[in-house]
Amino acid sequence: MEILVCVKRVPDSAENEINVAAGGADICREDLVYAVNEWDNYAVEEAIQIVEREGGSVTVVALGDAEIEESVRREMAMGAEQGLMLVDAGFAGSDGLGVATILKAAAQKKRYDLILTGAQAEDGAAQVGGMLAALLDHPYASLVNKVDVNGQTLRIGREIEGGSQELSDIDLPCVLSIQTGINEPRYVGLRGIRKVASVEIPVLNGADLGVDLASVGKAAAKVRRVDYFVPVVSAGAEMLTGSTKEVAAQLVELLKAKGGLN
Amino acid sequence: MATQVFVLIPHAAGKADDAALELLSAARAMFPGVTPTALVLGAGADQTAVAQEAAAAYPEVWGFSQEVLAYPNAELIRPLLLKILPAGAVVLLPHSTLGIDLGPGLSVKLGAAYLPDVVGFDGIDGSLLKVVRQEFSGQVSAHVQADIVKGAVITVRSGAFQPAQPGPAAGTVVDKSAEAAGLTARRRFVEVVQAEAGDVDITREDVLVAVGRGIGEQDNLSLVDELAEAMGATVCCSRPIVDAKWLDKGRQVGTSGATVKPKVYLALGISGAFQHLGGLKGSPFVVAVNKNPKAPIFQAAQVGVVGDLMELLPELTQQIQKAR
Repeated sequence: MEILVCVKRVPDSAENEINVAAGGADICREDLVYAVNEWDNYAVEEAIQIVEREGGSVTVVALGDAEIEESVRREMAMGAEQGLMLVDAGFAGSDGLGVATILKAAAQKKRYDLILTGAQAEDGAAQVGGMLAALLDHPYASLVNKVDVNGQTLRIGREIEGGSQELSDIDLPCVLSIQTGINEPRYVGLRGIRKVASVEIPVLNGADLGVDLASVGKAAAKVRRVDYFVPVVSAGAEMLTGSTKEVAAQLVELLKAKGGLN
Repeated sequence: MATQVFVLIPHAAGKADDAALELLSAARAMFPGVTPTALVLGAGADQTAVAQEAAAAYPEVWGFSQEVLAYPNAELIRPLLLKILPAGAVVLLPHSTLGIDLGPGLSVKLGAAYLPDVVGFDGIDGSLLKVVRQEFSGQVSAHVQADIVKGAVITVRSGAFQPAQPGPAAGTVVDKSAEAAGLTARRRFVEVVQAEAGDVDITREDVLVAVGRGIGEQDNLSLVDELAEAMGATVCCSRPIVDAKWLDKGRQVGTSGATVKPKVYLALGISGAFQHLGGLKGSPFVVAVNKNPKAPIFQAAQVGVVGDLMELLPELTQQIQKAR
């Protein structure tokens, strides 16, 4: 099985306090810790596990500037044989459809049986996988939390409301967006990173991919972010301050008063 | 602009979801003066009942009844919508696991703009629709603008719009089942496997101590257990803890876990993404402890502490033990 996994480099919102920059044109990006989007690690792990069972190979693809190389190598270190970087100044500012258009061109460079994405990105809209499937005219399933290969069909599970699992059969080739919790992504150590440090990763631009730059990028975007802002919210919580002892003492009184001590 | 607006009515077991009326509100807010058409897809008596229910609120309902539509499979619904929707249509969907499945591909096939997980409306100027979305688990919001001259697919977050009041007069149901004949898909629904019940039923507990990613390491869970024991409370958690397999799925609170209605909810190291808060009902007294003062959980909490769990938890446990 030839598997393509699309990954994204994002500010890690578990590690960062996200603030709006002055004027709202962007978030404050200085000092942000970037990482591979959490969902994408599960997608790469799932691809590797499928190939371990069924044979084939995994290719990791990312779109962005030169900094995506670190992300692609990290994912390759998990056990993906090949990487692919899609870099072109003309790609900047693409909306979801633009990103899917570029990924479609990359996906058509080779015959992939299965294409995986993360179910969503920290800074995203859970849209690229479904758009890519539509552009390729492949069947699609989102929020996938189980994949079993049965010949040319996959038995998949989707996570639906209330934590139930919806089982379906889907024909290959197809596109799946992978939900967290489907597996336990393997640890990537320095040794793993070193092992793939010298693997050559092809870098493709718009011309290499045959993507018309008029159809992607900021100018072609139907959907664009006007600004970031911090919403006007309710008063929010009453914040307790003081030493740890003082805060704990206040909490004990509150919990007592509200029936929090059974 | 002259736009035709359609709302896909989500339903289960012969009843429309709450989202049906929230989507009507959203449609009215974004497109005043346009009469939205409800789309009710399903099979048998369930479909008939939901179409009648929808007609109590929507002046026009298009009904599609086919056996194959008994379970909502986005891979079947998408080609059906492509066939029946006029050019330039605006389609509103719930931002549910169905909407997420259906929406992106539908927008591509329709040539329409895609606006997912909308939480607010900020105006329309000609064909430029401006909405509000959230990013980074709700830490920041964004105004997003889309040119909808060729239509739009909009998924609306649950609870973002107040449910609309049903109209005074009943609407009409137009049976269009024939147009849904012969649908096939390369993804075939098999069955739904219900979530396993865990060792505890957190939905019945009055006092919950909820732990999230901020606890850091699995070993630190013992501090949470000790606090819960001192309080006489039950431990539950947010999604990352279950993904890491530190606690059972049965202890997860949120849209993809359990819906709980405690009296007191102590949220430890939980950021408060809407998926988590979606599982917290019944207006409990919420106390949140988080190292990030911007964490959205502080908007949902009555009392907050910005601090280090490793320091606070043992101290709190000790003081509670003393107070008893």
